[in-house]
Amino acid sequence: MAEPAPAPPHESAWLHVAGAAPYIDDLPERADCLHAAIAQASVAHGRLTKIDIAPALALPGVVAVMLAKDVPGINDCAPIVAGDPILAVDEIVYAGQAVAAVAATSLDAARRAASRIKIAIEPMPAIVTVDRALAVGSFLTPSQTMTKGDAADGLARAPRRLEGTLRLGGQDHFYLEGQVAMALPREGGDMLVLSSTQHPTEIQHLVAKALGRGFKDVVCEVRRMGGGFGGKETQAAQTACIAALLAWKTGRAVKLRLDRDVDMTLTGKRHDFRIDWQIGFDDAGRISAWSVDLAARGGCSVDLTDPVVDRAMFHADNAYYLEHARIAGHRCRTHTVSNTAFRGFGGPQGMCAIEYAIDEVARALGKDALDVRLANLYGHGSRDVTPYHQRIKDNILPELMRALETSSDYRNRRRAIAAWNAAHPWLKKGLALTPAKFGISFTNTFLNQAGALVHVYTDGTVQVSHGGTEMGQGLNTKIAQVVASAFALDFDRVKVTATVTDKVPNTSATAASAGTDLNGKAAADAADKIKRRLIAFGAEHFKVPPDRIRFTAQGIEVGTRRLTFAELVGQAYMARVQLWDSGFYATPEIHFDRERQRGNPFYYFAYGAACSEALIDVLTGESRILRADLLHDVGNSINPAIDLGQIEGGYIQGLGWLTAEELWWDPAGRLRTHAPSTYKIPTARDLPEDFRVAFWPEANHADTIHRSKAVGEPPLMLAISAWLAIKDAVAATAEHRLSPQLDAPATPERVLLAIEDLKRRAKLPAEARS
Amino acid sequence: MTITVNLTVNGQKVTRQVEARTLLVQLLREHLDLTGTHVGCDTSQCGACVVQVDGVSAKACTLLAAQCEGANVLTIEGLAKDGKLHPMQEAFREHHGLQCGFCTPGMVMSALDIVRRHPSPDEATIRKELEGNLCRCTGYHNIVKAVAAGAKAMRG
Repeated sequence: MAEPAPAPPHESAWLHVAGAAPYIDDLPERADCLHAAIAQASVAHGRLTKIDIAPALALPGVVAVMLAKDVPGINDCAPIVAGDPILAVDEIVYAGQAVAAVAATSLDAARRAASRIKIAIEPMPAIVTVDRALAVGSFLTPSQTMTKGDAADGLARAPRRLEGTLRLGGQDHFYLEGQVAMALPREGGDMLVLSSTQHPTEIQHLVAKALGRGFKDVVCEVRRMGGGFGGKETQAAQTACIAALLAWKTGRAVKLRLDRDVDMTLTGKRHDFRIDWQIGFDDAGRISAWSVDLAARGGCSVDLTDPVVDRAMFHADNAYYLEHARIAGHRCRTHTVSNTAFRGFGGPQGMCAIEYAIDEVARALGKDALDVRLANLYGHGSRDVTPYHQRIKDNILPELMRALETSSDYRNRRRAIAAWNAAHPWLKKGLALTPAKFGISFTNTFLNQAGALVHVYTDGTVQVSHGGTEMGQGLNTKIAQVVASAFALDFDRVKVTATVTDKVPNTSATAASAGTDLNGKAAADAADKIKRRLIAFGAEHFKVPPDRIRFTAQGIEVGTRRLTFAELVGQAYMARVQLWDSGFYATPEIHFDRERQRGNPFYYFAYGAACSEALIDVLTGESRILRADLLHDVGNSINPAIDLGQIEGGYIQGLGWLTAEELWWDPAGRLRTHAPSTYKIPTARDLPEDFRVAFWPEANHADTIHRSKAVGEPPLMLAISAWLAIKDAVAATAEHRLSPQLDAPATPERVLLAIEDLKRRAKLPAEARS
Repeated sequence: MTITVNLTVNGQKVTRQVEARTLLVQLLREHLDLTGTHVGCDTSQCGACVVQVDGVSAKACTLLAAQCEGANVLTIEGLAKDGKLHPMQEAFREHHGLQCGFCTPGMVMSALDIVRRHPSPDEATIRKELEGNLCRCTGYHNIVKAVAAGAKAMRG
């Protein structure tokens, strides 16, 4: 294998900066194109008694209104377990649910018409919160429990115990490009759907089912998304299905682009969690037992809640060896929007649980939390079995964390901060260094497969199609690099096409950080088949042994002569050699028995650690991150610029989740933060003042593409250090004598409440303070 | 009600009959096919629709087309000349100041306005001035670097 060429910029970078990279809403519209809008329910739970569409139909420009009863096929866009009606049937299960859809000659007419549809709903009691769902036993699917050793006995025998309840908020994806699809009817009732989706195969399937057609009759295409983050894994389907249904009904092209308020009230988000934990440990801070109940607000339907809570369970150990562990995951059914995939997919919530508990252990013992973390890390060759009984063989965290401890100057800064805090009553600083260990592979084993199609043309340029989708993460750039390096070609000789279901079928979602791992291997497999044919041809044609044919950056060496790639493929074509092929990849060595909660669900782990320093204003609760040092493991980076961007962006997105972004439902179950006016994602001002990011220089131990590692999700969890740094700063307001309760997001309001709570507790008798 | 608007867009004089309520961003995207100016939030907060009106940056979703009568509008499509990127565009490409690219046109246009007001902006100034442009992918780090590099390149 040739060395990868120097990393090129994002394959669409030129187009992006020129404003010439079209998203679906930028594409030319067919002359017959209609625009669609959705009418939504305004109550969280109730019986749908009447829908009056006459006022909508009376508006000029309105061509069609679609209700559930008009759907010719299956009125469901759920990914796994049925229960996500495309349009509501008779029961409303969340405020914002789609009830009707309108197609009109202009977007303005469609939106006006949708707002005039009269929806009568007989309200019923709504379960809005996780607490209420737990109290009344409202679950989507059965709870699962993972056990190792005997946690109850371990807790009973532990010299010291702590317990607590932690609440973590959800997160809206806030992809800059909202959900959008354009459906284009083709001959014989076939349908082409352009969708901003991470999962074109699922769009193909669900549209076909909704239309009552075969999968062969529907094609889904996605060139690029304006951000995804998990929010377009399943949540793109409803928009695509509605566009296709209206296109079927009218026989015309239909475009549906959700405006931001509709997007935020209609589509699912990161799961918020209630976490009840107990931890047993000794005076040295060594953990012996961990028992945790992870309860997620799943919302009104199953969607991806099962695997999300599974992944939370898989990460409730984070980086730590637990002799006795009991990890339970609960999937609460509520009358709120159905929560879904979001970068990390439950992993961040599981990690937050144990990182928070370890912070509490350290405070109870008066130790530095870093020392407690280091004392409990998984080992090498011993203390290396997870609560799901997978042995960890590639652990690098002890070395990585020590390296970050040094490079971030942790110990000196810890002392300097203590001195600084002693001198500053109204501003306080905090510091935290936390690790992340993230399991790579879909935990549903069958999803770990991918296909690719490579075409070598006779001018020596190459086109690649694969099952993954480009949402900004640079997947297409990396795939082009992989194929270019296989043939030793310049990057610009290779083009990655839009992802289309008629090129590569039966694909998995671009998710679980696995896009490059899976599709890169599949593309390399296809390229390798072509390369072997070219070598066989060259050996015979030029009468040289096959091992005398080498693909180099200077061209193809065939014995003593040198050809350009174009010359070789041109001659191979004349000799009737097949110059295109497909490739396939299935991740080896993984399996999981969900009944017993045991197995090897992950092919390998991605590691990282971050040290964050926070500053809080004691009087306003505002916080800032003064400095963040990130040390992250990407294996052999295929494209360092892209990987750095993933790490920086992931950290900031995690920082938003844990410190600023607040989804607030009123008691009636209506989301009140449904636009950027009230829902605040990080801006450029929220960047750490001093932001240092470095790679851990070590190849992946597992046989991945170019020995790289998945990088999409893991860095998000580095932001846990920022949240715990804020907690440390809050603790400084009470001279670290008490440990604050700080739920996420740690908004100024929560920081102030935590400070006030410390003041209140400080006045109590010593035994009542904890 | 339909009105006539006359303005100059990327150096070209244009006249269009539009409904009076038409926003500048709609005029650009739907009437002039200049779709590089994006709509991200519909409510003047995300900055994906930033253009220049008479040399000053403006969010095109918060202006009526009628307010731009006689104005000189510059959009992202008007920056590159003869297939050669503007130095600020080149800086965003070179410094990986983009991922999904959706916010990029607005970022580049805002960056030009920052340079207009602060020819040699330091990092703190860039961070502060970019507050009206949201990016969900990059974490802004490379965008800030790109703006600084673009400003330097523009100074020559």
